[in-house]
Amino acid sequence: MLIYIIRRLFYAIPILLGVNLLTFTLFFVVNSPDDMAVSQLGAKYVTPEAIQLWKEKNGYDRPLFYNPDAAGSDSLTETIFFSKSLRLFAFDFGRSESGRDITTDISTRMWPSLAVAVPSFLVGIWVNICVALLVVMFHATRLDRWIVFVFVAMMSISYLFYIIGGQYLVAKTWRLVPISGFHAHGQFWKFLILPVLVGVVAGIGAGARWYRTLFLEEANQDYVRTARAKGASEIRILFRHILPNALIPILTGIVVLIPSLFMGGLLIESFFGIPGLGSYMLDAIKSQDFAIVRSMVFIGSILYIIGLILTDISYTWADPRLRLD
Amino acid sequence: MKVDQTTPNTNAQRYRVWLLLVAVLMFLTSCSERPWNDPQLPSSDGLVTYQSMIMSTPPKHLDPAISYASDESLFTMQIYEPPLTYHFLKRPYELIPGALASLPEVSYLDAAGKVVDEDDESVAFTRYTLRLRDDLHYQPHPAFALDAEGRPKYLFETAAAGERYRQIPDFPHTGDRPVHANDYVYAIKRLADPVIGSPMLGFMSQYIVGMKEFSEEVAALPRDPWLNLDKYTMEGLEVVDERTLTITIIGRYPQFLFWLAMPFFSPVGPEVDRFYHNPGFVDRNLTLDWWPVGSGPFLMASNDPNSEIILERNPNYRDDFFPSEGEPGDLEAGFLADAGKRIPFLDRAVYRLEKESLSQWTKFLQGYYDRSGEVHSQPAGLFDRAFQIGANGVELAPELKEHDITMSPDVQPAVYYYGFNMRDPVVGGYSEKKRKLRRALQIAFRTEDYLNIFYMGNGIVAENPIPPGIPGHLDGEPGMNAYVYDWVDGAAQRKPVEYARQLLAEAGYPNGRDEVTGKPLKIFLDVQSQAISNTLMTWMVRAFSQIGVQVEFRPADFNRTREKMLTGNTQIFSFGWLADYPDPENFLFLLYGPEGPLQCDCDGVNNGNYANEEYDSLFRQMRILPQGPERDELVARMVELLRYDAVWLFAYYPTEIFLNNSWVHNNKRHGISRATLKYVRVEPEERLKMQNRWNQPITRPLYAVALILVALALPGVIAYRRRQKATARHAQD
Repeated sequence: MLIYIIRRLFYAIPILLGVNLLTFTLFFVVNSPDDMAVSQLGAKYVTPEAIQLWKEKNGYDRPLFYNPDAAGSDSLTETIFFSKSLRLFAFDFGRSESGRDITTDISTRMWPSLAVAVPSFLVGIWVNICVALLVVMFHATRLDRWIVFVFVAMMSISYLFYIIGGQYLVAKTWRLVPISGFHAHGQFWKFLILPVLVGVVAGIGAGARWYRTLFLEEANQDYVRTARAKGASEIRILFRHILPNALIPILTGIVVLIPSLFMGGLLIESFFGIPGLGSYMLDAIKSQDFAIVRSMVFIGSILYIIGLILTDISYTWADPRLRLD
Repeated sequence: MKVDQTTPNTNAQRYRVWLLLVAVLMFLTSCSERPWNDPQLPSSDGLVTYQSMIMSTPPKHLDPAISYASDESLFTMQIYEPPLTYHFLKRPYELIPGALASLPEVSYLDAAGKVVDEDDESVAFTRYTLRLRDDLHYQPHPAFALDAEGRPKYLFETAAAGERYRQIPDFPHTGDRPVHANDYVYAIKRLADPVIGSPMLGFMSQYIVGMKEFSEEVAALPRDPWLNLDKYTMEGLEVVDERTLTITIIGRYPQFLFWLAMPFFSPVGPEVDRFYHNPGFVDRNLTLDWWPVGSGPFLMASNDPNSEIILERNPNYRDDFFPSEGEPGDLEAGFLADAGKRIPFLDRAVYRLEKESLSQWTKFLQGYYDRSGEVHSQPAGLFDRAFQIGANGVELAPELKEHDITMSPDVQPAVYYYGFNMRDPVVGGYSEKKRKLRRALQIAFRTEDYLNIFYMGNGIVAENPIPPGIPGHLDGEPGMNAYVYDWVDGAAQRKPVEYARQLLAEAGYPNGRDEVTGKPLKIFLDVQSQAISNTLMTWMVRAFSQIGVQVEFRPADFNRTREKMLTGNTQIFSFGWLADYPDPENFLFLLYGPEGPLQCDCDGVNNGNYANEEYDSLFRQMRILPQGPERDELVARMVELLRYDAVWLFAYYPTEIFLNNSWVHNNKRHGISRATLKYVRVEPEERLKMQNRWNQPITRPLYAVALILVALALPGVIAYRRRQKATARHAQD
């Protein structure tokens, strides 16, 4: 297994390079270094000299990919791409365009992201699996058809609707929890109730319907009929027989997400005022802060690759017949 | 047998679950006496706290040399004290001494440095002598802390040595000292340091003697990592004594006084600069950009730009008192109720980052924010929620009336406009025909309707570039643009559409068609994508269709629109200007020829490339004249030229209405200065009472939700039990 993991880690290098190249190209197709300078310096009294100074100070005064004025390998290294993007491989994120240390910001902001994402994720999975198993129990009945209808309706509703509806009802009208905000200490839990609730409810439609499909495939297997014939209760059949056998596709969907929980949620964090990495990314895009965008995309890519490797490893745990070679 | 054994266990488990639920509910309800939805941390220190918000994005820079945005000056102007400031209540805006004992003494020098009369033609330089108050004192800060030998306590050789200090409050020792004249000189030298990247470097280098040379000199010097700027001299700066300094500028520039009221000219102690250059500090965001150090009424107690910024009263702040005079009407409005009292009134101000308008508005209504906003450009959503169209026009929403909320109307010292590119072959140019074409378009576009429909009346039609509150702005008939309006029954009335059609025909476009080619006239509007909606575009198309003119929109993002303006590739463009200082020069230069991007080949602000020799000549005369009738006459003539040439399609001055909860006082808004927190007074007991009254939780929905869940689960449970008990035959049936 170790060799397999090492091999996968090596495969990650070209993927990360590709992601970096793509991010870099996309960003600079839309924004030139001059645009970035103007957006950082403000719209007033911005002289060409000030723009040039900003570019020199922040290392954007070089060519993007190829430096014809440099000799030998310097023609590739004396470029914005090399100096800005490739140093990420040494986990040197540098400073944002406004001068803040990105590593410090990320290490501070990942905790609020985790505080929301982890409970949403765990409670969400638990609720979705339970609901899906219960629906499976009533498969091919009128109740089942109605519940599937509700699932599809819930899937069709925009995530924003759940957020704004939740804020309007629970926080504004009923005044049960704060509408937004976050404190790292004290009664921090009361700021998490609504975002977690919204995250879980918004995910029920898609999640439970998907799990229902997985469980139904297993529900028609011979071993289920055998268990039922032996007198096992429906609950036991669902949780002890069907669930473990449906784990492989479930793990495929959820283990890959675990590392990405650090990245937080763009909408949830923005609407609930959670100072996490999701809103960090959103703010960076809005303010054209390429240093933050490239760092976050790089971290996101790494976490996704780690998630894929973890998924493969989890298969061996769920099904001992599988071997990673 | 099996069933009998399991039933008591199952029941016990159920009871345990219910007990747990009840315990959780009791825990939730008993944690605090405060309402459940209180978003603020409980505080028991008894400090008078002002609760406010930062809207949308946190400030990016708090270094006085770099910071320029209004959401940043919301903080810098409470912490720093520039030499001059503005009177809180008087209008038109009036400059008064801030850190200075009196207004600067102005003297004029010839090229040889000899003092000459103000009117002398040989004036080559202007010298400002600034005398500081003798009670100016910095806030307590670790940068001023000294050890037993009198050396700075916190200077580290390596990053590891200072690693345990993550934020300024982590330093156990602080010190302070009086503000010296040299601190102001040091701050101006920082403006010139290219490594700091001040937006003022290019602009101020045109004026302050020796600034350009100083900048070039220090650019080439090694830094280890700090460069003591005190070792290098700038010709135009002189420290006369501990409390006096002089600044010499090139030629005459009376507006320089206004710049002395901006944070760029706030004092910076050299030891503060040295402190923030400690190794490793920048990696932990311990910089002057995030932890400002000043002598103003407040100091930075906590700075988490992702979440909240907390200011606290500076214990070393000088004697300062609430003004005893204001403009007419201030006494009746209650703005002089605290006259003569010592300020600041607040001990602490908490600013929380709020990105969404629903949260901002809800917390304001729940009493958790004292006012609806701090800086201009409040989200439109707030206004939509606060007002409704009633029988008497725009009225406060009923929920606001119940809360005794007060309003603070504010006209921004700004102008937003759609300008013509005067070099465009269709709408540009200075012939009579082209003027008539532009006037026809001006008349057809009903700015009054535009403001009422899309801004709920939040704006005043601009008939000249200078907003209210600034010399040169005239109201009533004298302020009317007679090319677009007629004065009828004591009010300006837009000329009829028929007249616009006639002008269009005289311009060579009868019924909106080119008289030579017969093709319809089509105009192109370059707009920023995020600033225009489909509804607005449809409305504008309809407005111009009255005179048979077709419109095509070319939406693009800010950078692309700016690029088009710089290269002259626009026909009609949108732009806005917020005043730096309350002087007509700061608006009339928007149309000064040498500021045209195509003329100066630079990022000039005359985006329409308007070029009129008479206007330019008048501008040059006006900018060096002191305020007075002679200057007013020149300004009036310039405004008339702009109207005659019809340089803008339409323009308006944005207005806003800020809302205040009943326990907040002294809410008069200042369009220019943000240094107004020290005047704000709140009644914490009243706020607490109202918060408790307005935020009692409604728990019935919780029970309803529980009942619904049970109702939903019950049929399932019954069906399940029935299925479990069914025989194989029944199950098959």
